[in-house]
Amino acid sequence: MTQKPTLDVRDLRTYFFTKGGVAKAVDGITFSIAPGKVLGLVGESGSGKTVTGFSILGLVDQPGRVVGGEILYRGEDLNKVSAERMRELRGVNISMIFQDPMMTLNPVLRIDTQMIEAIRAHEKVSKEIARQRARDALGQVGIASPDERLRAYPHQFSGGMRQRVAIAIALLNKPDLIVADEPTTALDVTIQGQILYEVQKLCSQTGTALIWITHDLSVVAGLADQICVMYAGKIVESGEVNAVLDNPMHPYTHGLITSVPSKNKRGAPLSQIPGMAPSLLSLPKGCAFAPRCKWSNSNCQEQPDIRLAPQNRRLLCHNPIEYNNDNIRQETS
Amino acid sequence: MTATDQDLTEGNKQDAQEFEGLQTPFKRFLSDFCESKLAVLGFLVIVGIVLLAIFAPLLTPTDPYDLTSVTILDSRLAPGEKMMSGTVAYLGTDGAGRDMVSAMIYGLRISLGVGIGSGIIAMLIGISFGLLSAYAGGRIDALFMRIVDIQLSFPAILVALVLLVTLGKGVDKTLIALVVVQWAYYARTIRGTALVERRREYIESAVCLGLSKNRIMFRHLLPNCIAPMIVVGTMQVAHAISLEATLSFLGLGMPQTEPSLGRLISNGFEYILSGKYWISVFPGLALLVTIVSINLVGDRLRDVLNPRLQK
Amino acid sequence: MSVFIIRRLLQSGVVVIIMSFIVFSGVFLIGDPVEILVSDDADQEEREEMIKSMGLDKPFLVQYGIFVSKALKGNLGESFVFNEPALLLILDRMPATMELAVVSLMIAIIFGIPLGVWAGLKPDSWASKSIMTGSILGFSLPTFWVGIMMILLFAVMLGWLPSTGRGDVQVILGMPLSIFSWDGFSHVLMPAVNLALFKLSMVIRLARAGTREVLHQDYIKFAKAKGLQESRIILVHVMKNILIPVVTVLGLEFGGLVAFSVVTETVFAWPGMGKLLIDSIGLLDRPIIVAYLMIIVFLFVFINLVVDILYSILDPRVRLQDVKS
Repeated sequence: MTQKPTLDVRDLRTYFFTKGGVAKAVDGITFSIAPGKVLGLVGESGSGKTVTGFSILGLVDQPGRVVGGEILYRGEDLNKVSAERMRELRGVNISMIFQDPMMTLNPVLRIDTQMIEAIRAHEKVSKEIARQRARDALGQVGIASPDERLRAYPHQFSGGMRQRVAIAIALLNKPDLIVADEPTTALDVTIQGQILYEVQKLCSQTGTALIWITHDLSVVAGLADQICVMYAGKIVESGEVNAVLDNPMHPYTHGLITSVPSKNKRGAPLSQIPGMAPSLLSLPKGCAFAPRCKWSNSNCQEQPDIRLAPQNRRLLCHNPIEYNNDNIRQETS
Repeated sequence: MTATDQDLTEGNKQDAQEFEGLQTPFKRFLSDFCESKLAVLGFLVIVGIVLLAIFAPLLTPTDPYDLTSVTILDSRLAPGEKMMSGTVAYLGTDGAGRDMVSAMIYGLRISLGVGIGSGIIAMLIGISFGLLSAYAGGRIDALFMRIVDIQLSFPAILVALVLLVTLGKGVDKTLIALVVVQWAYYARTIRGTALVERRREYIESAVCLGLSKNRIMFRHLLPNCIAPMIVVGTMQVAHAISLEATLSFLGLGMPQTEPSLGRLISNGFEYILSGKYWISVFPGLALLVTIVSINLVGDRLRDVLNPRLQK
Repeated sequence: MSVFIIRRLLQSGVVVIIMSFIVFSGVFLIGDPVEILVSDDADQEEREEMIKSMGLDKPFLVQYGIFVSKALKGNLGESFVFNEPALLLILDRMPATMELAVVSLMIAIIFGIPLGVWAGLKPDSWASKSIMTGSILGFSLPTFWVGIMMILLFAVMLGWLPSTGRGDVQVILGMPLSIFSWDGFSHVLMPAVNLALFKLSMVIRLARAGTREVLHQDYIKFAKAKGLQESRIILVHVMKNILIPVVTVLGLEFGGLVAFSVVTETVFAWPGMGKLLIDSIGLLDRPIIVAYLMIIVFLFVFINLVVDILYSILDPRVRLQDVKS
């Protein structure tokens, strides 16, 4: 950790004030990301990972609100800046790629309109120069005949192409930080691979930090440097990606990994995590994962504190899995 | 919508269902409806108006249709003045010397009667054609819906105007015109709902059980189409009342001898330039309160019964 | 695209033919115009001459045939009362009605869209709530009564605006128009607002519903993530999306405005074709009633056609489908 982090999130809390009560979608999460690095934010749907992304960009919709913590972008707390400053940062310094490419482009505006406006919202450049840059950006993400494509409407593109356009838009102003919210989930596997490859290439070339939100551990394994595993609004385990995936210490991480089919385990029954993700409105007291955890005990009735583990790992568990030389958990009876 | 938002609303629904599971559907409907105070107020006003209309002869100070007691000497008295008979005309008198309060209550009676009556008849006709259309499908469906389309592409006022020009004046004729204007809305709504419901499993299972077509249509399909019917019905009654008033104002529709609210306003229009406002203003207010109340209730019903219902 | 237009044209033709028959047979049943036109002391011979000269002695279908063949040549019969071609009489009154309808439409759009978008953007503010309550009122208020109340308030009590008539008329591009002089404008203002009220409420509701729906779309959030100014998001991203349904509905409703001007014109004695219709109904002047209705039928069919085509231009998705088909 020699480089100053691009983004340093400390104890971020984003709550939704609904009729049914307060839902703590993000409840005190801490992580940071250095320039050029990729952080994988993993969790089931409803774990708060998308809300984390929106919190960083200040785009949490009513009835949600960031209620606490700091989001330090190059030392500047994004929770405290004015709406206008936040707008200046969005799209230029921090940009976002959304989950569903079919929904992210405005159906009634042409691609060039949507790209040029993204440039001209931040820089006073002529339309011609902006168009030139838009064209280059499309070429950059591997779209053929960009001139023609610029004049098209979104519905004339396939899903993969639209996501490329969305990525091109996110890259237009050369941001330092990109928040990518499951950008490949809705796409075919082959296209997913291409996009992953291109994003990775672009980030390492430009030194852009990337937060990759996903529920797909295999994507994170291939792409990320750091990993944060979220469960019910909290980061339950984080650390260097290989360390965490090879030796998961939190039971939830362990469960996630063992429920992924892989060729090494072919023939062996897939294990699954019993039960369902809890409703954020009625979280169990103490550790939220305890009801589904086969190692839970009476300690788990209390909220665990963050624990530091070797290799710079952080952990939120009373009974972390410990490993001996055989990489097998010692079952304590 | 983000994944989390969805989960949140899912959670809400679950909670809400658990809570509502303890209630009957009607109670749930009632409590939903009562959430809007305006709608409740509207409903109470409607009840009041209907009672007023039903018991008009008992409640009015004079009988506006009794030609022996109505005298031209009383004409255009300002509100609060005393009539020849000694009765105080709290809202004044009209050009013929009728007490406005009495004339309005009787007028309301006619307006409501024509509005609700035409609504019910149109609903029956519309339901029959709509259900038949949905159930028969094919050419019959295409023919009926083409007729409905063409009729609905012309504004109601114009259709009613043409009809009344042809038919002449009278309560029965006004009723016919209003029914013709409205039936198509019902037919279209019920056909749309029925088409959706028809594909549901319970209809398929009824068909599998070998039930007769009539039984399926009226015992199975119809009850499931009632919610949208109620909503369209409320809105249509308000519309019919307003339309009848407009037609009467244009000199069509109700005859002079049985003045509806529209006709009363129209009568007062002659005197408006001389500042005798009450003859037009008060019947208009009565009309307004009636229609607004019905619309408030209808608006709320639409939200409560079927949030997806398109206008 | 052209296949689409030709199909729509054929459909429209069929509608016009059907409606002409319905209108003609409907109006054919109206009273007996001879009673009104022939003076009481006329003898039998005079009466019969009158009936013959108006073609009323022929069977219904023959009369209809004559009507159609004449109509195809642009002759919709002669007014019994004015002894002038009915079509000319109506066309003479048409600019006044059109002016009224267009001004009303403008009022509905210019005030309705911003109010509706505002109510959609800030649904919980008191301003939005009053806008929405106002729109329920706009739906509920019977137009003619509001017209009377406006006359009472602005003409009789306050004396700000003239109560009836059209005022000064200037001929602009061959059309007599009122709005370009103060006197004319003051005359057109009240009837236009009166006629607009209903449509205004409708535009407000459509714009509000559209805004609320569009605001929740991902592309709006993406536009925000791009760092666009709020104004650009609302004026371009939201507006362009809600304009499609609003324009469609308004286009279809323009015919409704023309038809409903019958009421407004009667209240404000506005010399348009709606008032002519009501007068003609009173006088049993059949040819004028038939001609008016035929013109309205044409207008509606034409509007439906134009809206369909406009819609395909405005919404790129529809355009593509047409290219494919």
